[in-house]
Amino acid sequence: MNRRLRIGLFLGGAALLAGMLVAAVGDLPGFGHYPGPYGILIEETGVAGTSATDLVTAVNFDYRAFDTMGEEFILFAAVLGVAIVLRRRRGERAEDERGDDHHFPGSSSALGALGLALVGPVFVLGAYVVTHGQITPGGGFQGGVVLAAAALIAFLAGEYVAFKVIAPHAMVEAGEAAGAAGFALVGLGGLIFAGTFFANFIALGTPGSFLSSGTIPISNLAVGIEVAGAFLLLWTEFSDQALVVRSK
Amino acid sequence: MTVFPFLVAIWILCWGLYGIVSSRNLVHLVICLGVTQAATYVLLLGVGYRNGGAAPIYADIAESTMVVDPVVQALALVDVVVEATVSALLLAVAVQTHKRFGTIDPDELHSLRG
Repeated sequence: MNRRLRIGLFLGGAALLAGMLVAAVGDLPGFGHYPGPYGILIEETGVAGTSATDLVTAVNFDYRAFDTMGEEFILFAAVLGVAIVLRRRRGERAEDERGDDHHFPGSSSALGALGLALVGPVFVLGAYVVTHGQITPGGGFQGGVVLAAAALIAFLAGEYVAFKVIAPHAMVEAGEAAGAAGFALVGLGGLIFAGTFFANFIALGTPGSFLSSGTIPISNLAVGIEVAGAFLLLWTEFSDQALVVRSK
Repeated sequence: MTVFPFLVAIWILCWGLYGIVSSRNLVHLVICLGVTQAATYVLLLGVGYRNGGAAPIYADIAESTMVVDPVVQALALVDVVVEATVSALLLAVAVQTHKRFGTIDPDELHSLRG
């Protein structure tokens, strides 16, 4: 396709999009007056119904838990896809991981020490965000990324070997799979103990307390482990492309 | 002006699309797709906003407080996760494109080679 044809195609599509956007804006609800019935219903009954004081988490892991499972498996499938696309191809070999050769230009022992010192606090922060999702903003998806960042800090500080020690490939893969399976098992538990897939089958407890909201904290924990594993696996795949895989 | 937040979403969408069609680098193109998708976050949160509403977190506010719609906020979270996965897959394809063709300029990738 030549350039002129492509520009023509784009201009046609852009004109169509512009027309549709103008029509869509005309039909939007006025800003600040959203009439959505589900939000109002959850606002009125959500805390009593789930014991979660964070209604966004209540929606994600109780009312829409089934959709969240789909979302979780999108992430799982996408990471699998990246691993397949970046697999070692014919004519490529893995270089031996010789520790000190992997320092970035400009990395120093001070940077490495600071990075390693931050691993613990960031891990604690991630664990806090994962486990308090039912009370305050946070949950498995957000906290999982923070947990993965704890290991990534070691990598960014130039401590590639330490990164591999903190997040060994086999453990990351197992964590991702176990987290995904764990969330599906919570759904199956609802089917077995309460008769409905993803029904909240554990005592709800007092709103605002750490062990409240029944299955929601368990779901958050499973998703947190899966998300942390998924992101670490992604970063390992990409960093291996730069640091380990060489053409023969 | 009550449509202003939606115009912001359209503005971000158009800048992202402009970046995609004028891109000369596949990594830049993936970032532009992320910008385009950011418009959907603004749209979702704009749609769910209610005048005077607080964040839908009842940890430290009275239960009678009016809050903004929690459903669209949950949808925005789904949106963020999907955006991350799409970016990761496309960047992986960009890495392999560079290995195979030695370029990541879309204009130089004329035709598919087996």
